[in-house]
Amino acid sequence: MNSFSESLVVAASLVSHFDPNLLEIVELSLRVSLTATLASSILGLPLGAAIAVGRFPGGQVLTVLLNSLMGLPPVVVGLVVYLLLSHAGPLGALGILFTPAAMVVAQTILITPIIAALSRQIVADAWGEYREQLVSLGARTFRAALTLIWDTRFSLVTVLLAGFGRAIAEVGAVMIVGGNIDGVTRVMTTTIALETSKGDLPLALALGLVLITIVVVLNAATQGIREWARRRYG
Amino acid sequence: MAEPSPVASLPIVCSGGEVRIGQTRILSSINLTIEPGTSTFVIGPNGSGKSTLLRLLHGLLAPSQGAVTWGGRVGPPVRQAMVFQRAVLLRRSAAANIRYALRLVGIVGAEARKRIDDALAEVGLKALAQRSARVLSGGEQQRLALARAWALRPEVLFLDEPTASLDPKATRAVEDIVRGIHARGTTIVMSTHNLPQAKRLAGSVVFLDEGRLVEHSPAHEFFASPRTPEAAAFLEGERL
Amino acid sequence: MNRRHWFSLAAAAMFAMVALPASAQEKFIVVASTTSTEQSGLFKHLLPLFEKDSGIKVRVVAVGTGQALDMARRGDADVVFVHDQAAEEKFLNEGFGVKRSPVMYNDFVVVGPKSDPAKVAGSHDILDALRKIETAKATFVSRGDKSGTHAAELRYWKAAGVDLAANKGAWYKDTGSGMGPTLNTASSMNGYALTDRGTWLSFKNRGDLTILVEGDKRLFNQYGVMLVNPAKHPHVKVDLGQKFIDWLVSSQGQAAIAGYKVGGEQLFFPNANG
Repeated sequence: MNSFSESLVVAASLVSHFDPNLLEIVELSLRVSLTATLASSILGLPLGAAIAVGRFPGGQVLTVLLNSLMGLPPVVVGLVVYLLLSHAGPLGALGILFTPAAMVVAQTILITPIIAALSRQIVADAWGEYREQLVSLGARTFRAALTLIWDTRFSLVTVLLAGFGRAIAEVGAVMIVGGNIDGVTRVMTTTIALETSKGDLPLALALGLVLITIVVVLNAATQGIREWARRRYG
Repeated sequence: MAEPSPVASLPIVCSGGEVRIGQTRILSSINLTIEPGTSTFVIGPNGSGKSTLLRLLHGLLAPSQGAVTWGGRVGPPVRQAMVFQRAVLLRRSAAANIRYALRLVGIVGAEARKRIDDALAEVGLKALAQRSARVLSGGEQQRLALARAWALRPEVLFLDEPTASLDPKATRAVEDIVRGIHARGTTIVMSTHNLPQAKRLAGSVVFLDEGRLVEHSPAHEFFASPRTPEAAAFLEGERL
Repeated sequence: MNRRHWFSLAAAAMFAMVALPASAQEKFIVVASTTSTEQSGLFKHLLPLFEKDSGIKVRVVAVGTGQALDMARRGDADVVFVHDQAAEEKFLNEGFGVKRSPVMYNDFVVVGPKSDPAKVAGSHDILDALRKIETAKATFVSRGDKSGTHAAELRYWKAAGVDLAANKGAWYKDTGSGMGPTLNTASSMNGYALTDRGTWLSFKNRGDLTILVEGDKRLFNQYGVMLVNPAKHPHVKVDLGQKFIDWLVSSQGQAAIAGYKVGGEQLFFPNANG
C-alpha cells in the first residue's frame, strides 16, 4: 500500500468536493488562530516596541526572557491553561474550558512571546535608524514606539505570520484545552491526531496537506504584499 | 513667522562643552555662542567632531561636562529643527511626513494644511505631495526633509552635511532652499566639507580640529586670512 | 488616516467572529468518555439520535478512563461514560459521582501478527495466551496510560500469574498512549496487543495484524455511566445530564446501541437491565 499517493488522492477529493466537515474544521482552525494572532499582536507588538525603544532597568533580562519563551512547549501551555480554566482552577468560573475561547487563550499565550521578540528586533533596527530624527522632531518614547510600529508594518506582517503559523500548526495545547470535541473544538491539527490514532493515515495526511497548503498560500500572499509595499512605499 | 514664540531658542550658548563617548573625547571645552539671525558653518577635517557639535547644540546629546543653554534656559525648546546627512523619512506620503512633524508640536487642521502646502511649494515638491516619501530620489528626499523642518518655522535650523550624498544639481537646489530659509530670519547652523559651499552661504565659520574649536570668525575673514596654521593648512587642502 | 480606521474595523470584526459563540443559547452537556467509544464511531451514531429526541447537544471529550474520571473530579464534565468498574466505584465512593448505571459491554480481543510466534491463535483462554506470550518473549504493546483497557490488561496479567514488574523485558512495550497509537505501534512492530473490538474494527492501519484470541468471558468489558455529583460541583447540569443517562438506559437508547454496526458486526451489547 502506498499511503502517500493514496493520501494525495484523498486530499484532492476532499478539497475538490468542499467537504462540509472539512470546511467546518478549516474554518474553526482559521478563526481560532487568527483571533489568537490578533490578540497576540495587540499584546506583543507594543511590548516588543516598548522594549526596543524604552530604556528601563531589566530591559535586557526581558529580551532574554522573551527569546526563551519563543520556544514554549505547547503541551505545557495547554496544561497550565487547562488547570487555570478548569472548574477547580482559579478561572473556572469563566466556563470557557473545552470551547474555542480556551483554545484562543492557549494559542495567544503561546505566540505572544514570538510576536513580541521578533517585533522587538525589527523595531530596534528601525529605532537605530530613526532615533535622532524622531527625537529631533520632539517625539516622546511612547509616540516613537507607535510611529516605528506603523513604519515597519510591512515587516511586522511577517512577524504576525510567523505567530499565526505556529498557532495554526500546534496541536498539544488545543488538544488539552479544547478537548477535540466534534463540531465544537475540533481543528485541523487535532483531527490529524485523531485520524492518525484511528489508523486512518491517508485522511490524516490529506488534512496535513490541506494545512500546509493554507500556510503556503498565506506566506505567498504576505510575500506579495511586502513586494507591493516595497515598490509603493519604499 | 506665523505665531509669536513663547520660548526663545536663541542665543544658544555652549560653555566648556565636552562630549565623551566611553573613554574617547569627541569634543573638548567648546565655547561658542550662536546669535539670532546668523548663518554659522562648521567645517573641519573628517572626524573633527562637526556632527557631534551640531547634535550638542541641537540638544540631541548632553554634554559630559560644561553646559549648553537655549535663550538662557537649560532644556532645548521645540522651536528648532535639524536636517541630517541622510534624510530619515517615514513610510508615508510626502505631505504626511510634514503633517506628522506638525502634529508632534500640536499644529493640526487648517493651519497644518496651509503649512504643508507652503513648505512643499517652497522646496518645489508640490506635485509629489501624495507620493510615498521613501520612493523619492535622494535630492527630493533631502528637499522634503528641509520642507518638514521649515514647516515647523524653527528659530534655528541645524543641517548636518545635508548635501554630502547629493549630485551638484540637487546640491544647488538644497543651497537655494537654505538661503531662502535664512533670508526669512531663521538662524542657520550647518556643517559641510564642501568649502565652496561654505564660501557661498556662510556668515561665519567655526573651524574644528580634533574636537577643539580652533577658530570662529566671519566667513570672509576666515577664507581670506585664517588666523591659525591648522585652518590655513586645511584651506590649502593639505588636510582632509 | 483612513487606512488606519479600516484596520481597526477589521480587527473589531475579527474579534466579534470568535467572541460570539456560534450558538450561545445552545443546550449542551460535556461528557468525559473514552477513546474506545469515540474512535469506534459509536458516539457519531448515538448522539444525533439523542439530540433529535431531546434537543440537547453532547460534547464528548474522549480521553483514557483514568483521565476522564480526573476531569470529572475537577468538575470539568457533567457526565462520565467509561469502562473500568473498579475505578468507577472508587470515584463513587469519593463522592464525585451520583450513581453508576451499567449501559453496555463490548469485548476485548488480543491481536497479533499472522505469523503468531507465541502460538496463541484460536485460543479462548486469555490467561493461557498471555502466559505463552510472556514465555516466548514475543513483543507485546501495552497502552500504559491508566485507561480502562490498560487496567483490564494489568488484571489479566495478574490473574495469569505473570509478575510484570519482574519480567518486564524488551518484549513488553509501554506506549503510554491511546488505543489507536498503541495499535499503530503494534502494527509497525508486529507485536501483540490487547484492544477493544470496537476500536479494532474501525482501525485501518492493521498491517499484518489479525485477531488471535477472543471469546473468553473474562474479556467482556463493561461500560458504566455516572452523573457528576452536583454536591461537589454545583455547576453540573443535573437535568440535562440525567436526561442523557436516562436515554442511554431506556429501551430507545439500548436499541440504538445494539443497532450500531461496523462492517455488519455489532460492537456494543446493551445490558442496562441486567
